[in-house]
Parts: sequence; C-alpha cells; structure tokens
Amino acid sequence: MALITLFLLSVVVFVMAQLLPGDVGRNVLGPFASQDQVDRLNDTLGVNRPLVVQYWDWISHFLRGDLGTSLQYQVPVSDLLGPALANSLKLAAVAFVLVVPLSILGGTIAGLKRGGITDRVITVGGLSLTAVPEFVTAIVLILIFGVTLGWLPVTATAPEGASIPTQLEYLLLPSFALVAVLFGYIARITRSSVMESVDADYTRTAYLKGLSQRQVVGRHVLRNSLLPTIAVVATQVGYLIGGLLVIEKLFNYNGIGQRIYTAAVNKDFLLLESGVMIVGVIYLVATFIADVLYSVFNPRIRVQGSE
Amino acid sequence: MSAMTEAAAGIQPRERDIARRETLRQLAKSKTLIVGVLIVGFWVVCALFGSTIAPDDPLELSDAVLAAPSSAHWFGTDQLGRDVFSRVIVGASETLKIAPLATMVGIIFGTIIGLITGYSRGLVDESISRIIDAFLALPLIVLAVTALVGLGSSNATLIVVIGVAFTPVVARTVRATVLGERELDYVDAAKLRGERSPYIMFVEILPNITGPIIVEATVRLGYAIFAVAGLTFLGFGVQPPSPDWSLQIADNYQLLSSGTYWWTVLFAALAVSSLVVGVNLIADGLQQVLDR
Repeated sequence: MALITLFLLSVVVFVMAQLLPGDVGRNVLGPFASQDQVDRLNDTLGVNRPLVVQYWDWISHFLRGDLGTSLQYQVPVSDLLGPALANSLKLAAVAFVLVVPLSILGGTIAGLKRGGITDRVITVGGLSLTAVPEFVTAIVLILIFGVTLGWLPVTATAPEGASIPTQLEYLLLPSFALVAVLFGYIARITRSSVMESVDADYTRTAYLKGLSQRQVVGRHVLRNSLLPTIAVVATQVGYLIGGLLVIEKLFNYNGIGQRIYTAAVNKDFLLLESGVMIVGVIYLVATFIADVLYSVFNPRIRVQGSE
Repeated sequence: MSAMTEAAAGIQPRERDIARRETLRQLAKSKTLIVGVLIVGFWVVCALFGSTIAPDDPLELSDAVLAAPSSAHWFGTDQLGRDVFSRVIVGASETLKIAPLATMVGIIFGTIIGLITGYSRGLVDESISRIIDAFLALPLIVLAVTALVGLGSSNATLIVVIGVAFTPVVARTVRATVLGERELDYVDAAKLRGERSPYIMFVEILPNITGPIIVEATVRLGYAIFAVAGLTFLGFGVQPPSPDWSLQIADNYQLLSSGTYWWTVLFAALAVSSLVVGVNLIADGLQQVLDR
C-alpha cells in the first residue's frame, strides 16, 4: 500500500515540476544564446522527449540514488541536497526534542486540571501560538531574544567549524519558532486523550485500588493517552518540513527548504523534483513509523489487524 | 436518531426548528465564538471601509521616511514614508478576499470527492484515497510554491492553488463522516425507495453532515490565511505595492537587526496574529457546539 502511495507521489511531483513554464534550455543559457545552442542543450538534457520517457528516466535514476545534475549549479543534485537535508534534519531534531516532551507535559497538565485556569492558559495560549504564522513568531522571538536581550544569535548558521554546543545555540531561535507552531497541536491531542482516560473505568479502578495520583497518571493515564500523541507527532512531520521552508528563508539557513525555494525560483526542475520527492518520502516514512509504533504500544490494534 | 430523520423528511418541521434554535442559542452563548467573531468582524469592517477609516492613503509616499510613532503617524512610517497605521488598517483586504474563496474551492471539491468515496467505497474509494494520500504527503507550502512558480502568482492562481491543496484534506474528513452516516436507517430507507446514488449522496446525506463541513470550513479558513501569509512572505503570494500585512513584514524585517524601526513590522505582525487567532476561536466555538 505504501508503495502505491509512493508511486503516486512521484507522479504528482513529476507532473507538478512539468508545470514550470518555458524552455528549459533557454532558462539555463539565458536570453542571448542562439536558438541552435538552446536546441542542442535541450537534446542533451532530453527535455523534449515524451513525458512518459522522461518520467521513467527520472524515477529509475532516482531509485538508484542518482538524482541527476542541477541545471542551475551544474553539480550533482545529491551534492546539493545531501548537506541541505542534514542541516534541515538538525534543525527539525532540535525542534522535536524540545516540543515533544514540552507539549506532552503541557497537554497532560491541562487534561488533568480540566476547566481550570492552567488549562485555559495552556489551551488558549497553545491555540494562539499554533495559529500565528511561523515567520511572525520567529520575528517576535528575534526581537525579544536576539535584538532586545541579545541572548541568542539572530542567524541560524554557526560559523565554520563551530563546536556542537555553539551550533545548538544558533539553532535555538529558529527551533523555538517551530516549537511555537507545533506545541498547540500536540498539547491539544494529548489533553483530549488524557481527559478521555481520566474518565475511563480503568482509571477509577486504579484510584479505588488505592494508587496515588502520581501512580495512576504514570501507569494508566499517560500510557493510554500517548498513542494519539504519537500519531499526531508523525503527521506534524509534514508540516515541519513545510515550516522549514519559511523559517530557513527567514534565518537564511542552508536546509532543504531553502534549496526547494531557490530551485523553484530558478526553475531548476531536477533539483526541485528531487527535493520535493525527498520531503514526501520523509513524510511517508514518518507516517509508517508512527503506524508501527502505534501497534507496538497498543495491543488492541495488533489483535484487530490479525483478524 | 428517528426524530432527526423524520424532521429531515419534513414530517415534523417544528421539531427541526426547535433543534435549530437550540443550536443557535448555544452558539450565542459560546464565549470563544463571540470573541472570535468580534476580532474577525473588526478586520472585515476595516477591510471593507478601510479607505475611509484610515487617516492617510496607504500607498502614498512621503518624505517622512522611517519616522517613529507620533501623533501625526500613530504607528510611524515605513521605508518609503508610508503611514503604517493606515497600511495596517487596510492590510487584511487582500487576504480576506483570497482565503475565503480558496476555502470555498477546497470545501466544494473536497465535499464532492468525500461524498463519492465514502458512499461508494470499493475500488473507486480505494484508488481515490491512494491519490489523496500521495497529495497529503506534500506539505501545503511546498505544493503551493511549486505550483505558483509554474503558474505565476496572481490572486486567482492563489485561490485555485490553495483550494486544490485543501481538497484532499477536506475529502478525507467528509469521507470519514459519510462512512458513519451511510450505515444509518434513513440511507437504507432511501435505497429501498429506489433512489439513485447521487440523490442519496447530495439530498439525503449532505444535509445531515453540514455541521462537520462547517467546522472543517472554518478550520480551513484559518489555514488559508496562514498559507496566504506564508506564501506572501516568501514572495509568491500577494504582490507589492499592496499594503498586505505579510508583505509589510517581508519588506521590513531585515531592518530589525539594527534594533530600531520595530514599528514597521510589529503592528502588522500583531494584526495578522489577531486575525488568525480570531478565525481559530470561531472554529473552536463552532466545533464545541456542532460536533457533539
């Protein structure tokens, strides 16, 4: 099933890249090249072959790990996307490490104190942060922590050869912006599933058994309410990569979002196709991992699945 | 359920009226909803009558470049000497045209596809659902950037691109609702009467799932504003010299590192934040009442 989705994804990406208008050869060589040169380049690139042939050519090479040559930079696409992907993953990892425990904690507290002031602050605050576009949050954060207080660097790229703690310091502001957007979603799902398990019979039984609140929450409530949280964390991977596009542009950070952005602007379609495809594959892999985790943590699904 | 079915069939219209009035009464009681409506209403009024409210022409240049907030310019002026207050007042007009229309496009197509896939199931459902999955693997902004580069950016293309990007998400929500609905007695009754599938989908089922669709539409509207803002910030959305908020931010954020000129960005940032928060409050309020 996942393979069919992957295949369809590749078709979607390929068709989208074909939307890019204009003569590829003309785009590369500029307005002053002769028509003859443009035609010859188009022949070499093979962009005037039938679409099906071009698609096959692209996808068969893609699967073998050969992403082609960037039209704009004249270097292999993988040389451009590899380091960019590594950078993006660093940023995304920092954001994830911060947001997952934070929002589970926030959501659990809100769910346990349902209707109270703490709940309102966390829910409404989280909702507002989630709704605000990430570049707005990022700019406010830059103003506060970067400019006014001067605690954190305002760019995301650490100087060449910086130590890991320094690199982390540079990544903090951009990841805070991503955390702000993701916190609301994850906390909200955690909150509603915590509320559900607080009301469940097994929780009442646990209390009646004489367990302390800490034990009940740790052993029964949390364990049951983490499942939906895992699912929502995975779906946010897709957003995270989309959000990276804006954040990387804002902080001028050399990640995959920035690469996709420049590839789109320069109509570098091989770079664009592969970049977008990688983003889609990451999302599908994340969803798959979430499915697996879900069934590992929830035996009910395993039983139902085997029936 | 039977009361609802009879009401839907027009047997007891009074009961339906009572139910509707009850829903409205609950909506009027929801504080979340009221606050949201007030905020969004404020910006809609500003967008409609902004040119008369604003003290200056939002596009007019002046020599007072980057002036700090003062009694003459409440929110200061920008790099071209334009009055920031006036620009903030009318800054929603473009977004408030694009986002609702894009949402409508997504809701209409998504509802049609969702109804068809949820009702027919089987091979049709399987194949369309796989295509939807493929689309959902791509973040909206990546999808939109690629399409906008190809098609060129205008308000019309923004509407279509965001609308098309929303379609699979809406379709999935509607499909899930239809799956629950199609098992109910009134659907069986219609089938036994010999109604055709399109009639059952659009005349029988659709009126019964308007609640979730309305909620989905408000949620999508929030995302649409978010998307327009993000795309505009990247340079693919609303184009200059429009006083759009995100455009103001995009034009001026590089001034921030100097530590001064915060007014060129801060007010627009607060404005766009308040609008999206307002829409989300409405969505939340509606959800609490309609999605019981």
